[in-house]
Amino acid sequence: MSCSHNKKMDLKKKKKKLYWAHIWMHGTPSICQLRLILYILHVCSVISRFTPEILRKGIHGDTMTENGCEYRERVLTMDTMNPNVKRVEYAVRGPIVQRAVQIERELKMGIKKPFTEVIRANIGDCHAMGQKPITFFRQVLALCSYPDLLEDGKFPEDAKSRARRILQACGGGSLGAYSTSQGIEMIRQDIARYIERRDGGITCDPDNIYLSTGASDAIVTMLKLLVSGEGMSRTGVMISIPQYPLYSATLAELGAVQISYYLDEDNCWSLDISELRRALQEAKKHCSPRALCIINPGNPTGQVQSRQCIEGVIRFAAAEKLFLMADEVYQDNVYADGCKFHSFKKVLFEMGLEYSEKVELASFHSTSKCYMGECGFRGGYMEVVNLDPEVKVQLTKLVSVRLCPPVPGQALLDVVVNPPQPDEPSYDTFIKERTDTLATLAEKANMTQEILNQVPGIKCNPVQGAMYTFPRIHLPPKAILEAKEKEQTPDMFYCMKLLEETGICLVPGSGFGQRDGTYHFRMTILPPKEKLKIVLAKIKEFHQHFMAQYS
Amino acid sequence: MRNNSFKEHIICNVITLNRSAFPAAQGEHLHQKMSENGALPLRGKVLTVDTMNANVKKVDYAVRGPIVQRAVQIEKELKEGVKKPFEEVIKANIGDAHAMGQRPITFFRQVMALCTYPQLLDDNKFPEDAKNRARRILQSCGGNSIGAYTTSQGIDCVRHDVANYIQRRDGGIPSDPDNIYLTTGASDGIVTILKLLTAGEGRTRTGVMISIPQYPLYSASIAELGAVQINYYLNEEKCWSLDISELQRSLQAAREHCDPRVLCIINPGNPTGQVQSRQCIEDVIRFAVKENLFLMADEVYQDNVYAEGCEFHSFKKVLFEMGPEYSSKVELASFHSTSKCYMGECGFRGGYMEVINMDPEVKAQLTKLVSVRLCPPAPGQALMDLVVNSPQPGEPSYQTFIKERTDVLSALAEKAKLTEEILNTVPGISCNPVQGAMYSFPRITLPERAINEAKAKGQAPDMFYCMKLLEETGICLVPGSGFGQREGTYHFRMTILPPTDKLKIMLNKLKEFHQKFTQQYS
Repeated sequence: MSCSHNKKMDLKKKKKKLYWAHIWMHGTPSICQLRLILYILHVCSVISRFTPEILRKGIHGDTMTENGCEYRERVLTMDTMNPNVKRVEYAVRGPIVQRAVQIERELKMGIKKPFTEVIRANIGDCHAMGQKPITFFRQVLALCSYPDLLEDGKFPEDAKSRARRILQACGGGSLGAYSTSQGIEMIRQDIARYIERRDGGITCDPDNIYLSTGASDAIVTMLKLLVSGEGMSRTGVMISIPQYPLYSATLAELGAVQISYYLDEDNCWSLDISELRRALQEAKKHCSPRALCIINPGNPTGQVQSRQCIEGVIRFAAAEKLFLMADEVYQDNVYADGCKFHSFKKVLFEMGLEYSEKVELASFHSTSKCYMGECGFRGGYMEVVNLDPEVKVQLTKLVSVRLCPPVPGQALLDVVVNPPQPDEPSYDTFIKERTDTLATLAEKANMTQEILNQVPGIKCNPVQGAMYTFPRIHLPPKAILEAKEKEQTPDMFYCMKLLEETGICLVPGSGFGQRDGTYHFRMTILPPKEKLKIVLAKIKEFHQHFMAQYS
Repeated sequence: MRNNSFKEHIICNVITLNRSAFPAAQGEHLHQKMSENGALPLRGKVLTVDTMNANVKKVDYAVRGPIVQRAVQIEKELKEGVKKPFEEVIKANIGDAHAMGQRPITFFRQVMALCTYPQLLDDNKFPEDAKNRARRILQSCGGNSIGAYTTSQGIDCVRHDVANYIQRRDGGIPSDPDNIYLTTGASDGIVTILKLLTAGEGRTRTGVMISIPQYPLYSASIAELGAVQINYYLNEEKCWSLDISELQRSLQAAREHCDPRVLCIINPGNPTGQVQSRQCIEDVIRFAVKENLFLMADEVYQDNVYAEGCEFHSFKKVLFEMGPEYSSKVELASFHSTSKCYMGECGFRGGYMEVINMDPEVKAQLTKLVSVRLCPPAPGQALMDLVVNSPQPGEPSYQTFIKERTDVLSALAEKAKLTEEILNTVPGISCNPVQGAMYSFPRITLPERAINEAKAKGQAPDMFYCMKLLEETGICLVPGSGFGQREGTYHFRMTILPPTDKLKIMLNKLKEFHQKFTQQYS
């Protein structure tokens, strides 16, 4: 599994061999002798860890030629690769999705299955599920890509003027030029104004905006800055369970310590400050907790945090000296009555100077979700608040190494934060398209919850926001046993079976984290209504069948 | 599961404790001192330069460093009406072709517009071949939209086209689409491979051999990953060529303190502009085999070869022509991009890498790793597809495409020559021929007094020179110290990208400045 694990195995084998050799030569050892042997073995293993690689390679090479194998081992193998990368897991594109791709190929080759197509409800990929792009956005981008079209009478004036403005801010008037590493200045100004409007006038400084390659890029960058120390002083990062696995994957890659706090499933996946406190106290015993990550609206859990809750989190962060990271990519995806999106920035500033001058916050947004769903463009930004000016210089330096975020994604983000206004020709179409998409999503959120809750053994919290449902599934002990025999988590076993029998691709809850002994899956609510109904009916049928089979 | 990772965490700690018996990196010393003093600030910010990631602090990236920041400032000052001895800042610091006025290839942009706004497919203004390409790309996108995520390795049909392109380029040597990974510019691919390769602690820490002068992406990534940088020097006297005995020397020296596992080559060279001979590439491959090194070949300038008698040879091709003894053995990753060559589409962040002889289990890890970032930008992937699948003879856009491409490349060749010629007329500047790529990296002789004044200011002498040049002429170059150079030598990197007329003016200004500078300080 991991490098250290392998090393341990090797060591065990070595110990065994030497131990039996010893007995063969000297008879049964006494306890003291045993201790001595163990000590010698330990010293040997420590020494071997620091033996110059040339020596070790030499030894390796000899044994290899002895066996008549190639004398040259690969440079990069599972044993020699970055051990942190090995620990990375990303379920949203994990084994189940790989199997789904395989099944699609099999279907194409004419292999008979009990279904005719694979439905990928594993990832929040709107356009792939048939959602149409916003016309205005694509017009502006086409104009930017091929400015000859600016002479074309077919394009509305507002699209043309947006495109001209973006091109003027690009080097040589081309999307093909590098932008500044922090992102095109004019776009950062537009974003700042957007945030100000969203937050009821609270000021936003364009210098605090960093454009990014999707929100993921910025989240990884902030975590990278935060990770330091060794052993007890190693940075710990608090993330919700269930979580979006970008967080756990990045923490593994960076070698930071993951601190899990559990969301309250019985309270509609809400966040409980006492649970934050419990997780923090425990973590302080073995690492240095420095950051708290929040996803609101929640992924995969779909909850929308109340203003009260956000205030509590901010107070907690201030008291415990935690850097706040607010993942707000679903900020337009709020469906439930009585729920409203509150940005962390806004709440922070409304809590007064005591907090707004103190709490360090990075919040993230993206072009991939909301009503636009433009995942492929990898557009995104983050706003940093109260970041130490010297650290900000380091941040700017760090992002400059990758030169710049993709410029088409930056341009797209600009039209998202600066969409058609009431007096402009594209306004009506734009509003209609946006409203349609969001209203359909709200309807599908409701439908998903209703249908799933009809199934005995499936229990689903309301999908207040975002794009997913994360229902709890009850699995019979026989199924759990069979899964364990197959060395699969029970919900992976369930989802794999669902995929093979119905063609529906979901992600097992174990990929996001869940309380021990509970099982879930994540399903997007994105398929078109008619298809979603079929998906839900198939899941219902499958679940009943599965329960019958294993009880 | 969590239990497991906790165990691993403990094991890691044990390893790090052991490591502290060995000379630690500077940052760690600092950290130890801090906890000794109990100086981790109780109040103040969570994230400060003292508490942040120590490796990030060590990162340096001169191409966008202090001199470029000053250039941006000067631009603002000019806009505000501040009087300067020049009217505009000329940014010759970065290989940004479009920013320097190069026009995009019409066909590429037509297809991009069609992919972005497919209603245009009904517009008869667009040629049929552009429409066909767009339809083909859209059909391989989820929901026929470039707004959908792609598979993490990159769109299937694009990877197939890339493999076919490589096969054509390399005279029929097969390329497997499964070995192609699309990336966010070549930088992304390079960092990913370096990340996979970095392991070990202390003396077993991965060492990465890079040329000096180098493109600072390498030193920056090595610093960020906490790997060990191993410098091998290119031979300036021999037109920046690579010398195997120098590779041997630097490897031997490095083995005293780390585990050298990777050899990075940039060909054509950045910032040095040399094009490696076939012979040299063969020798490098033999060296990599002998010394058990993973090869990384940065070949983003593969179409940018200007000098007579020079030709681009891909590492892949040479490797396979050396026979199975090598081609079945050497692990190679080679990198390409949409940002350079004749297209210069930097903003789209398109790129790919091809991996050869990679351990299948490691490949699975690589695929997993790239999946965390979901996918490279789809517009960049589409653009990459056009680069490797350009208009063919008989298609309506062929003539225009060939004309545009030839014009760009021949203008570059002309500018490469012009740069070398004019710079070599200046006493105190000596410039190797720009055989390829987009830069000249001339050596400058600086008077003793200038060096002393720079040192008094705490600046590298060539930084001092470039800063003065910027303030007096508006020309923005990157000092050689940002790329690495032999001690006591000084250089700058200048792109050859400005339009010919502007380039001439710039070179003359440079000449004048250098003469004045030399006079002033001697």
